[in-house]
Amino acid sequence: MDESLNLVVFSGTDDKLQAVAVLAAGAAALGRPVHLFLQYWALDAFTKAKIDGDHGLAPEAGDAGRAAVDALARAGQASWAETLRQAKDLGEVDIQACSLSMDLLRLEESDLDPLVDGVEGVTAFYLNAGEGQIVFI
Amino acid sequence: MTAETTTTVTTTIDARGSFCPGPLMELIRGMREAEVGDVLAVLSTDKGSKADIPKWVGKAGHTLIGVFAREGFDEIIVQKVR
Repeated sequence: MDESLNLVVFSGTDDKLQAVAVLAAGAAALGRPVHLFLQYWALDAFTKAKIDGDHGLAPEAGDAGRAAVDALARAGQASWAETLRQAKDLGEVDIQACSLSMDLLRLEESDLDPLVDGVEGVTAFYLNAGEGQIVFI
Repeated sequence: MTAETTTTVTTTIDARGSFCPGPLMELIRGMREAEVGDVLAVLSTDKGSKADIPKWVGKAGHTLIGVFAREGFDEIIVQKVR
């Protein structure tokens, strides 16, 4: 079994979620198990109500960054949600909501997009990560 | 422009316009549907493909037949081994 890739996804802006999706898809393509642990604003972006919406960009993007991101989208870049769906089709990609963030945002499991596989606590995340890398985004 | 190979391509995957890692993902899907011995050509405008796809092919145990620079895109030709 290849070493897992474990991403703690905190930020909920579209640029950072796009980076998460590309990292996840690349690892899945190599046969590495991928675990995403959704916290705070990232979890908010994975709700049924918001997943297809505009989540803004990181502050450093500025106007020029906004224009560049929009140009790539117009050129046909898949959304981060679509890239994650493809990554799940390609390999083992498990997406879990942080239970603390569920409470913070007053969410129920039924509020989450089907991309999310379940709700877990941080200990389960660490145990699933095993000896694999953990990256915070 | 002619291919610098005598291998016959079974399937061409036109992933031009798809962004990283789209072309690789399309190739993997194509490989799943292909038979052992089939030759797949991927057309890509993503600048990463010519590095990423050969590395994936090596890791996955297939054969890289070649990477060819075409006009405005790259063509990567791969044979399914297993």
